[in-house]
Amino acid sequence: MTLRTEPFVLNMGPVHPSTHGVFRMRVTLDGEVVVNLEPVFGYLHRGIEKLAEERTYTGIVPLTDRLDYVASMTNNLAYCLAVEKLAGIKVPERAEYLRVIMSELQRIAAHLISIGSFFNDCGAYFTPFLYMFRERERIVDLLEMVSGQRLLYNYMRPGGVSQDIPEEFLPALKEALNQMPKYIDEYERLLKDNEILYARARGVGILPKEMAISIGASGPVLRGCGVKWDIRKVDPYSIYDRFEFDIPTGTQGDCYDRYRVRVEEMKQSLRIIEQAIKQIPAGSIRSDVPQLIRPPVGEAYAHLEAPTGELGFYLVSDGSIAPYRCHIRAPSLMNLTALRDMIVGWKVQDLILIFGSFAITMGEVDR
Amino acid sequence: MTTSLKAPEVVKQIQTRFPGAVTEVTDTALVVDSKSLVDVMSFLKDTAGLDFNYMTTVTAIDYFQYFEVVYNLVSMEHNHSLTVKTRVYGRDNPKLPSVVSLWRSADHQEREIYDLMGITFEGHPNMKRIVLWPEFRGHPQRKDYLK
Amino acid sequence: MFAGLNNNPVSFPQAMPPDWPGNAWWHWVIFTVIILVFFLGSVIMFIYMERRVLAKMQARIGPNRVGPFGLLQAIADAVKVLMKEMVTPANADKIVYWLAPAITFAPVVMVLAVVPFADGALLADLNIGILYVLAISSLSSIGVFMAGWSSNNKYSLIGAMRMVAAVVSYEMPIVLALASVVLIAGSMSLNDIVIAQQSYPMLLMQPLAFLLMFIAGCAEINRSPFDLMEADSEIVAGFHTEYTGMKFALFYLAEYGEAVVMSSVIATVFLGGWQGPFLWPWLWFILKTFFVFFLMIWTRTTLPRVRIDQLMSLAWKFLFPLALINLIFTGIEVLTYPDGIPWYFIFANIAIGAILVLLWSRLYKVGGGRIAVG
Repeated sequence: MTLRTEPFVLNMGPVHPSTHGVFRMRVTLDGEVVVNLEPVFGYLHRGIEKLAEERTYTGIVPLTDRLDYVASMTNNLAYCLAVEKLAGIKVPERAEYLRVIMSELQRIAAHLISIGSFFNDCGAYFTPFLYMFRERERIVDLLEMVSGQRLLYNYMRPGGVSQDIPEEFLPALKEALNQMPKYIDEYERLLKDNEILYARARGVGILPKEMAISIGASGPVLRGCGVKWDIRKVDPYSIYDRFEFDIPTGTQGDCYDRYRVRVEEMKQSLRIIEQAIKQIPAGSIRSDVPQLIRPPVGEAYAHLEAPTGELGFYLVSDGSIAPYRCHIRAPSLMNLTALRDMIVGWKVQDLILIFGSFAITMGEVDR
Repeated sequence: MTTSLKAPEVVKQIQTRFPGAVTEVTDTALVVDSKSLVDVMSFLKDTAGLDFNYMTTVTAIDYFQYFEVVYNLVSMEHNHSLTVKTRVYGRDNPKLPSVVSLWRSADHQEREIYDLMGITFEGHPNMKRIVLWPEFRGHPQRKDYLK
Repeated sequence: MFAGLNNNPVSFPQAMPPDWPGNAWWHWVIFTVIILVFFLGSVIMFIYMERRVLAKMQARIGPNRVGPFGLLQAIADAVKVLMKEMVTPANADKIVYWLAPAITFAPVVMVLAVVPFADGALLADLNIGILYVLAISSLSSIGVFMAGWSSNNKYSLIGAMRMVAAVVSYEMPIVLALASVVLIAGSMSLNDIVIAQQSYPMLLMQPLAFLLMFIAGCAEINRSPFDLMEADSEIVAGFHTEYTGMKFALFYLAEYGEAVVMSSVIATVFLGGWQGPFLWPWLWFILKTFFVFFLMIWTRTTLPRVRIDQLMSLAWKFLFPLALINLIFTGIEVLTYPDGIPWYFIFANIAIGAILVLLWSRLYKVGGGRIAVG
């Protein structure tokens, strides 16, 4: 006798503990098994692309903070790169180094949140999460020293950065750098080889390599599938060609690989910062850029490796003080394209885990 | 370093296969006639030496007379990139063929363009609004939306 | 409840210790009060302890504002919860929805009736004590399922379904683990089991049974890593998603009450209950109960959550066969030495337990993967 079952629709979100913001998934369940899934976006849509058309080029920087709000430094940088490309602005050496240090610190901070909340989605009751927040707090303190802000830094400007680092910044950074490897090892000891984590995350939510490329995945999601593609290496922006670092990749593209890639990336970021501290020159931090930038008519696309993936800004100028069009390539939005293909057939609990392993931020998905 | 391919050289290859498909060429970008868009795109994707297997962005720009849709293509194999544009005229119900069958990354982005710019992509499996709610009227990213 | 029992004391012949003077109803009254005080007091202490220990293990401070060291935090929370508005979902099945918290809560307190605080100091020294514990403690899952069904919420339903599935499955290893203890002790009365642990606690003689009982007990009362009935990151709050105010407080009380009961049963059966040198027996009992609960907090902070199919396969493919094998070994030992198993069998049993766990974890594979969906 076969048991007759009836699928039912469950609306996960928009307010749900594990949707990392306001995201809704219309999930059709057959018992515990997901048989269909439809993502519903837009609960955090603020129309940043449209708002940008009304503002000056410098005035858009605070808007970019609000994209991926756990990684606003890299957002700032991506936008500034696009403006500099469009207007042909040169950036002083010292500012380049500061930018690299800040965006790598930001990458570590963002990855700490991603890994921590991934474990939370696994059900490890806040312990790894809070341990990671302890170190994130130190990084945020450092970033506060230079920018005066703790979340939305608004630090970079077209042509450089807004202010020079204070005297006590470099010693504090060095101390933090010395301690970070120890702390990363501590997280590794917590859960890396945990049998339950193996059972939950290994082989779960596999994203095949071909599909990853087809959906335009980037960042740890793409590298978890074994594709060695990091904008810092393949298209070095700023001064990334001067540093030595590796691109960690996964093997089969499951949740565990994505988590591993993030951990290894933190280690590589530490390497980059160490090299940058040694090489950083004195000098000006901002080139002579007018308050109202009027780039020549044209268009420019600049991209960089944000913690979530390839963040790109496509700017079109009509010669006025505001961009004619500002398009943002949001990595999280692309990464979510294959959500349905990856989740269907798994259970509700895996759904949360797979979704958590993307580490998306809704501010960036909806813009 | 990702090299951006010189558009005129790529155009030569396209012209041999699809004469008249490319309507305009600049140094970095080429403009394709919207009728042969999918053909040209699949040519760019599958031709050895080009192999544009990764599409980073699709976006649309409102120039009042026409909408310009910009595709940013990257080849992971050769590490080069190319910008392809196409134009669609008319503001009432502009239509373009969809490239979702070639690159799935166009899925959400074409929906977003439909939502905010009002360009319908034919052949898209799920042409619905993405960030705004279904009952919303108008397309706010258009330049004349507020007027 | 106890009035009925008072009128009819014959049906519980062993319930009265012989040295109670006069009429037995004093006994009922005093121990009911003691049990209620112990229950509520230890629930409050458990909540406080859980929050403080969790905080310490998670590199933060925890509640430290209300009262000395934050000791009154749980009371303040209780007052807050009780003053909240009662919300009943419009489409809820009202009667079932209102009954569910009471049905969940009552059996939890009832279990304590057979747990001894000192020699003979218990409400009812039933000669089927263990059976009573098992029977009554699984009653509360009916209340949980009523809550999940009547709230008309899909999260609640999923949580309740998981709960019932888990409780039914994990009852098996618990029964078998306790059965092997009963074989050695020669009695089902909890007081007799404690007395049987005069020379060494049952933990040493039955290490494998303790392990199985602890794991299955964690699952039975929804403690991590088996807390997927109310997994807050997945199904919001499980079966009590729709409950507020007093009704939610009852569920909360029942949840920690189950922890109190499970800890005290484990402490009684495996750690020698009130036995111990120097201190008063009741203090030993409470200390051991808190120690067992500390172990549960420890696993909660450390481990991620398992999946529902892994939960099931752990119960049926790992705990259940091991409990059976353990029962067979214990049976052989008891048959060979009917007058008491010699103390050196402690080492043999620890070795058997370790070898079995190691071997079986090789054979055993956690549940399925992706299911093909048409």
